[in-house]
Amino acid sequence: MLIFEQSQSERVNYSQAPLDEAVIDDIPKELLRKDNALLPEVSEMQTVRHYTRLSQKNFSIDTQFYPLGSCTMKYNPRACNSLAMLPGFLNRHPLSPDNMSQGFLSCMHELQEMLKDVTGMKAVSLAPMAGAQGEFAGVAMIRAYHDAKGDDGRTEILVPDAAHGTNPATATMCNFKVKEIPTNADGDVDIEALKAAVGPQTAGIMLTNPSTLGVFERKIKEIADIIHKAGGLLYYDGANLNAILGKVKPGDMGFDVIHMNLHKTFSTPHGGGGPGAGPVGVSERLEAFLPVPMVVKSENEYHVVTEKSRSQSIGRLSTFMGNAGVLLRAYIYARLLGREGMHRVAEFSTLNANYMMVKLIAAGFDAAFPNRRATHEFIITLKRQAKDLNVTAMDFAKRLLDYGFHAPTTYFPLLVPECLLIEPTETEDMETLDNFIDAMVAIQKESEQDADKVKGAPYTLPVRRLDDVKAAKELDLAWQAETN
Amino acid sequence: MPFVPHTEAEIQAMLKTIGVDSIEQLFDEIPDALRAEGLKDVPEALNEMQVRRLMQDRAQQDARNLCFAGGGAYEHHIPAAVWEITTRGEFYSAYTPYQAEASQGTLQLLYEYQTMMTSLNGMDVSNASLYDGASALAEAVLMAVRANRKSKSKRILVPNTVHPVYRQVAHNIVKGQGITLESINYDATTGIINPADLPDEPGDICALVIPQPNYFGALEDVDALTDWAHQHNALAIAVVNPMSLALLKPPGQWGTDTDKPGADIACGEGQPLGAPLSSGGPYFGFMCCRQAYVRQMPGRIIGRTIDMDGKSGYSLTLQAREQHIRRSKATSNICTNQGLLVTAATIFMSLLGPQGLKRVAQQSHVNTNSLITALEHVPGVTKLFQRAHFHEAVFQFDLPVEDVMQALSERGIVGGVMLEEEYPELKNCLLVCATETKTAEDIQSFQETLMTISKELQATRRSEQPRTA
Repeated sequence: MLIFEQSQSERVNYSQAPLDEAVIDDIPKELLRKDNALLPEVSEMQTVRHYTRLSQKNFSIDTQFYPLGSCTMKYNPRACNSLAMLPGFLNRHPLSPDNMSQGFLSCMHELQEMLKDVTGMKAVSLAPMAGAQGEFAGVAMIRAYHDAKGDDGRTEILVPDAAHGTNPATATMCNFKVKEIPTNADGDVDIEALKAAVGPQTAGIMLTNPSTLGVFERKIKEIADIIHKAGGLLYYDGANLNAILGKVKPGDMGFDVIHMNLHKTFSTPHGGGGPGAGPVGVSERLEAFLPVPMVVKSENEYHVVTEKSRSQSIGRLSTFMGNAGVLLRAYIYARLLGREGMHRVAEFSTLNANYMMVKLIAAGFDAAFPNRRATHEFIITLKRQAKDLNVTAMDFAKRLLDYGFHAPTTYFPLLVPECLLIEPTETEDMETLDNFIDAMVAIQKESEQDADKVKGAPYTLPVRRLDDVKAAKELDLAWQAETN
Repeated sequence: MPFVPHTEAEIQAMLKTIGVDSIEQLFDEIPDALRAEGLKDVPEALNEMQVRRLMQDRAQQDARNLCFAGGGAYEHHIPAAVWEITTRGEFYSAYTPYQAEASQGTLQLLYEYQTMMTSLNGMDVSNASLYDGASALAEAVLMAVRANRKSKSKRILVPNTVHPVYRQVAHNIVKGQGITLESINYDATTGIINPADLPDEPGDICALVIPQPNYFGALEDVDALTDWAHQHNALAIAVVNPMSLALLKPPGQWGTDTDKPGADIACGEGQPLGAPLSSGGPYFGFMCCRQAYVRQMPGRIIGRTIDMDGKSGYSLTLQAREQHIRRSKATSNICTNQGLLVTAATIFMSLLGPQGLKRVAQQSHVNTNSLITALEHVPGVTKLFQRAHFHEAVFQFDLPVEDVMQALSERGIVGGVMLEEEYPELKNCLLVCATETKTAEDIQSFQETLMTISKELQATRRSEQPRTA
């Protein structure tokens, strides 16, 4: 039932609004609203009950194993939330003067410094509000760099075919043409194809390493040399930073610019689809172009700097300071982990992924890259099951829900057929991983014995498979009082 | 180790299964030359008790604060239930609802949100959120260029009464695609765009941006501006404060032309609906549009449909617009949006209802009137712009406003937003705001503090004058 269907006209929550209606006589009538907005008229208890019940229809990290590849669904420590929501932080207006903001600004400055260390970059801006905006900032800086040199013939961005969809979409937003680079059978970038593709038109390349195929790009130095020699820059998509925290620094690999998804590696909540935070780090040659605002420290005081003192900046990307509360959560997480803890992130996420991959192979599943080490994630392909049993990756994913596991990422990356991209993260214990593997084995057995059962899954959730075609054809995007 | 559950025995068992001797061996594909020596600028770990102490100290530093600043972020009462429920793990730690069957809670909530926002804005459809108000305007501009088939130009008219940072952000995001934002000046007496000042023959215009209320808190003549846009085959993009819409005419009803009613796209900052000030984020951007343009809208959209058994359910729809399907041809590169803030906003709107929301909007307006009266009694302070307002107003000081702000901050008051940097003609001007959260005592305290400061600064000035003369 929808909240609107529980509504009774003229029911008012008296404790949640000013006591009286005020008389407004100084606004011209033609500027005033005549009707009431269609908002529910329900009691506080009805609201609490309704949304509590809705929440119980969700899978989440707090309730289920959530091995969604490329999304790093690790435990979100509760302290990160409760401490970021201390009143002193919540009530600070974004335009409060610096002298009233030293507590908040000191956290931001220290976070900038830690992220510089983690990425091996010269400078960091916390401004972008999500991974895709971090990507935009990165590519806009690449454009600004070439423009500043008067090098206006660089019209192309190279993107491996395994990349996240946001990479080509971002390049287009910055008015670059996108050229795709193929991947070889081992999951590495095809070096010969790359050499053939670069030229004076190359502005840069967008790479994820480890790649979305769950393997480390071994020839990264060679790729960096090829791109740099051609006058291009290297962009690092930090979606998979979890795998290399403290082990390899993107700066050392030759990258010029990186964005980090703090909602992945730094464990800020995914919130049912955001908010994220996508800080960017850059090498020296791009430092002047970083987005603002940034926080600087001088003589033990912290200050916000803007385009006024950073004239070459690509400018602002948000109204104020990006997703400040998310940045605070990431800062708290970093302090709880500390230096050693960060090293352990890469180690144990890698241990968990390799353990699962080896056990799934032993149980008869096909890994997409069986001869490679898994990084923090790996791919199982169900091409054989699809062909022999007519049971697809989607069917496995839906049936896993009945076993109480969130499905891995399905059908991404696009170049591996019938793929499940599995990322366990470091916060899961061995028993949970074993239970997931047992469920996979059980579904395989079901597929062999009664494929229709698997194809009809899920059975135990609030709804069964939904009619997406109807959803797109007969658009119903808002409830209408009169038609219900 | 923090948040790693493995025991030594489990580690050994897992290594044995994999067939390696150590965890380190799992990194053997990384070339040696690239291996980092570790982190040096990350401090040693603190436990939760220590971090709590640290963060409490930091938060305390910023805590003393009576705030009369708005400028795009507004302090409203947030019912306790809003964030109690929003931070339930099932909302807080879930992700984008790709597996619809396992995400019906988030999906139904988003459908309810879309319903509330379309109604509040008087529009046909809403998406499931964007990042914030400024970036929502940027996306609206990009959308208008795709949607307006009658216009071949990429010219967007943006009055300078639109939030200055929204204009900057929109420019930064759209300039790569050859789109130009052209300014329109406000009328110096009213602080709004005078429709009569708009050109009779503007040429090919793609869209006109219409803020309501505008950055100065003043109410634009939205009917005339919308009519003008439609007369010139331009789309009308509304930038609105959603809280004000409980009181003000919604964008879908703007304009007097009955054939082409209302704005075509409405967007803005969702923060007043349940998001704390929180240093500027996370907030959320919202966007609504006419049905005809839904396929040009960026961001996630939720649709109601049925499952295999005919039971009603919700899923992400029109995904063919999005980056994970269309890649370089997508309507936007947006992926993650601000789902958790939308959760808070939906619960917020449900708790307040139409009456509650209207009372908050009214009380904010009335309190701002009290603030205006109070400040008009302070010597050397003058109100600018004779025009109806929502809950902000502009005052000019006969003293350097930086000094006033500095002195106020030393007394724990954020006095407002200084305007001179963005509007050089508004010398020593301050944009002030009083929402429903401000009491008569708060306003009186602000007034008295200003009087004291004013006297002190005048005295300092007089004592300094002989030296400078």
